Amino acid sequence: MALKVLLMGRLRDLAGWRERDLEPTPASLSALREQLEREDEALGAALRGEGVQAAINRALTRGDPPLASGDEIAFMPPMSGG
Amino acid sequence: MIRIQTETVDPAALLAEFSRGRTDCGAVVSFTGLARASTDAEVVSVLELDAYPGFTEAAIEALATQARERFAVRDLTVVHRFGPIAPGEAIVFVAAAAEHRRAAFQAADFLMDKLKTEAPFWKKETGPDGARWIEPRAPDYEDAARWSPNR
Repeated sequence: MALKVLLMGRLRDLAGWRERDLEPTPASLSALREQLEREDEALGAALRGEGVQAAINRALTRGDPPLASGDEIAFMPPMSGG
Repeated sequence: MIRIQTETVDPAALLAEFSRGRTDCGAVVSFTGLARASTDAEVVSVLELDAYPGFTEAAIEALATQARERFAVRDLTVVHRFGPIAPGEAIVFVAAAAEHRRAAFQAADFLMDKLKTEAPFWKKETGPDGARWIEPRAPDYEDAARWSPNR
């Protein structure tokens, strides 16, 4: 199974995509960020921007957890509220 | 009930459904938020709310749990729209049922303040000058801070 990557809000417009499957699965969240940055420097910079959070399988995460095949990773800019 | 949907929200139908058969509650308070045609004098032709299905409902459920813990409410409902929304259409419907009115008013007020600042939505306004992504405004944070214990 591939890794599913989702972008929310302005990240989606910046990258020009909303959802992608990645294979093989990067070993960790930081490896995923680096891989995305190699492909798209502006997106990479935005992912490191202030207030951008990551969720793994719909739970917010901190630090640099390992990733497994089948995981769903979402990158979220600061929320605008409802 | 906590729900997000791309379909239009019908506040009258939701209120009727929420109120039906309640013999244990003396109070139902509801709030409907509508998409404005302008924000800070900027014309808005389309509002688009991005959500993360699964994650967004869980976060709203956590806000509803806070409201249940704080106020003596019997039931709460939140229906939030996402996707493109035209001016005048409903964005959000919140209702609270309680034995007495004060708790119902407060729970609905609290939930709206929390939704405006903490709900996982990403808001984009498109007008004649193009599109812009919006973050909560200072008054929204001030409204939400009213519920902090040190205020």
